[in-house]
Amino acid sequence: MQANTLSGGFADPATQSAHAFRSVMEAMARPGTIQDIHGAVPPAPLSPAMGAVLLTLCDTETPVYLAGDMDCEAARAWLAFHTGAPFVGPAQCMFAVGKWDALTPLAIYPIGTSEYPDRSATLIVECSELAAGATLTGPGIKDQATLSLPELEAFQANRTLFPLGLDFIFTCGERLAALPRSIEVSRSSSEAIAQAGAS
Amino acid sequence: MTEYNFAYLDEQTKRMIRRAILKGLAIPGYQVPFASREMPMPYGWGTGGVQVSAAVLTPKDTFKVIDQGADDTTNAVSIRTFFQRTAGVATTTATSDATVIQTRHRIPEERLHEGQILVYQVPIPEPLRFLEPRESETRKMHSLEEYGLMHVKLYEDISRHGHIATSYAYPVKVEGRYVMDPSPIPKFDNPKLGDMAAIQLFGAGREQRIYALPPYTQVVSLDFEDHPFEASKADHPCGMCGATDSYLDELIIDDAGGRMFVCSDTDYCEARQSAGHKGKDAA
Amino acid sequence: MYVAVKGGERAIENAHAWLAEERRGNTDVAELSIAQIREQLSLAVNRVMAEGSLYDPDLAALAIKQAQGDLIEAIFLIRAYRTTLPRFGASEPVDTGMMACDRRISATFKDLPGGQVLGPTFDYTHRLLDFKLAADGEVPKAPSRDAGTATVPHVTEFLNREGLIEEAPHDDTPPPDLTREPLEMPADRALRLQALTRADEGFTLGLAYSTQRGYGRNHAFVGELRIGSVPVEMDIPELGFAVEIGEVILTECETVNQFTGSKTEPPQFTRGYGLVFGQTERKAISMALVDRALRWEELGEDNVGAPAQDTEFVLYHADNIQATGFLEHIKLPHYVDFQSELELVRKLRREAGAQQVQEAAE
Repeated sequence: MQANTLSGGFADPATQSAHAFRSVMEAMARPGTIQDIHGAVPPAPLSPAMGAVLLTLCDTETPVYLAGDMDCEAARAWLAFHTGAPFVGPAQCMFAVGKWDALTPLAIYPIGTSEYPDRSATLIVECSELAAGATLTGPGIKDQATLSLPELEAFQANRTLFPLGLDFIFTCGERLAALPRSIEVSRSSSEAIAQAGAS
Repeated sequence: MTEYNFAYLDEQTKRMIRRAILKGLAIPGYQVPFASREMPMPYGWGTGGVQVSAAVLTPKDTFKVIDQGADDTTNAVSIRTFFQRTAGVATTTATSDATVIQTRHRIPEERLHEGQILVYQVPIPEPLRFLEPRESETRKMHSLEEYGLMHVKLYEDISRHGHIATSYAYPVKVEGRYVMDPSPIPKFDNPKLGDMAAIQLFGAGREQRIYALPPYTQVVSLDFEDHPFEASKADHPCGMCGATDSYLDELIIDDAGGRMFVCSDTDYCEARQSAGHKGKDAA
Repeated sequence: MYVAVKGGERAIENAHAWLAEERRGNTDVAELSIAQIREQLSLAVNRVMAEGSLYDPDLAALAIKQAQGDLIEAIFLIRAYRTTLPRFGASEPVDTGMMACDRRISATFKDLPGGQVLGPTFDYTHRLLDFKLAADGEVPKAPSRDAGTATVPHVTEFLNREGLIEEAPHDDTPPPDLTREPLEMPADRALRLQALTRADEGFTLGLAYSTQRGYGRNHAFVGELRIGSVPVEMDIPELGFAVEIGEVILTECETVNQFTGSKTEPPQFTRGYGLVFGQTERKAISMALVDRALRWEELGEDNVGAPAQDTEFVLYHADNIQATGFLEHIKLPHYVDFQSELELVRKLRREAGAQQVQEAAE
């Protein structure tokens, strides 16, 4: 077992996971806001934010799917040691972890049932940046918000499934943002202008 | 006996509750089942709210508890003491200073701000329960958006009494999708549900349900075009602070049945009194 | 002038102090020890363990002492304690066929392998107050003999050999865990049994009795009732095999029920099952009857609308900790909602009054 498998967890799980959860909750309740999250030092390719989210939400009761590069020995060993989460395929997962290209297409994840829409996967997406971007509207947002998204169509299609669908947490370094299924996304006006100019 | 964990609950239980809260925020108004634990206070006394508070509190929070709008009612005192003891959090009675407010039956008068969390104690989370006692049926009704029965009930009230005869726990529709029970707040408080900067979390321990309203969620009290929803209260000013915009308790003050009306929100009333406002019954 | 009521905190502290004093009672009387409760009120201890879902006679005795003998309050103390305990794993299913029986009776056979063993039962006592106990509780030693080592076979197995009783096929599916997952309808039998074993004894008894009187009748014979200790084994991953970690005393009741056949099943005997912590036979028999009544659907019987056939009704109302909490919460202040109702009733009366005046004028 590697030394960094055993280290990098929360030193004080009760309070560190409480702070980390508040960041995740604020992000999910206020889509488009970018929150700081600290306390985890996972091995690459997991970012500190990704590590903290997983430590906060995962345990033996939450099947996890590791996509693409994330499905490596270092990530598996670290998660297994610190959370005990079972590793599964995308169709059985409660949390999916990876970069956007490795996670798509989205049709393979559980989206819940009409009686239990909560039985759906949450995708934790490792991003190279978190910034302004697409325009977001919906619950949690006063007028409108903005967030950089890897693409638009997949999230627009996901919104049409509401109240079923997938929820997303985006991690980058020690920051995160979230996009629940309830949010409408559209190209921001500046992006739309750039697009029009390009064509 | 061994020492208890921060905020009483073990970490695995908190994770389970936290996951339910996130799903609740993602599907506003939908009741997420959760494996409620036995708490050291009885079911029906705020165990849902207590579990939600335990899952969201950090040591940096300032915690306020109200029951009927008041900080000094016995059950509010009991819950506040519980978290002082198990989480070591700072407590306050001032609405604006609190970061987490647990409430039973009221929404504070003062507008809440971003960064605050309002946690409701919910006895019966299912708004359709008194029309259909079976969980398997009400779950189907929600999935099919079959809310006709609720409208029939409200309309029967109107034809019989001239008014909708529901004065508290008045049902609302969230984001045009789920009909939700706002917990037994007086319908006077309903308009505050939608126009709210704080996160609202609802916990029903005995019934094992958590639901949520993210800030600024669209919340509409059910009504009819010819009978629009009306947020009503006793038509008096507060006897202590003179407020005309607050929800009032009616007190019997003498054996002859003399009455006075005072704010149910004790912090609101006291703040107004210290700012020099005076009602007709104030000393 | 009106002064708002304050001082909830002090009122609560004082109430607690008074309660502690009441619990202790007259200090001229010797204090009860936990050991005394455990040894001399063992059936109360058993009930608290069963409905508290925690097998620990000392903690149950402590809870009874702390609750001043209010068993539902004691069960509540145990439940609240058990939820905070970390879980190291799950035991292997216990094998009641390996039970060292203190008591084992069958109402369906006069005699059978393993014999009828009355054990320590109230059954044939005459319910006459024993005033000797008021003065002196010392008793002569009961006769004993060697227990023997042979295992005692289950009665229903004899019927099974003839094919006269429904098959109960072996099933290794892990059962759902009522204490870790929210109750979900429809509930399968494993979940129903789990809820029933910790259900309120009085509620379960009342429901079982109602089936005997015709509300979902399914005439039950006590095929077998056995009480005794069984070993509990747990798989230790590091060792790669299961080791015995202790023993628990259980009461098991298997009923054999008449069944003339249905659309889907041939005439045969059917089963009801009860398994409860401790010596708790009233509860175990009640559980078996209610279990059988709840099985109407899988056996293709008609739902006659009896309360004991209604899974949602039974499971959502059987837990005395949920029930007593919600029942007693109406003691809490509700004056905000009451005020809302007052305003409404006044308004409706005002309008009804105005209408009458108008009608009288017309």
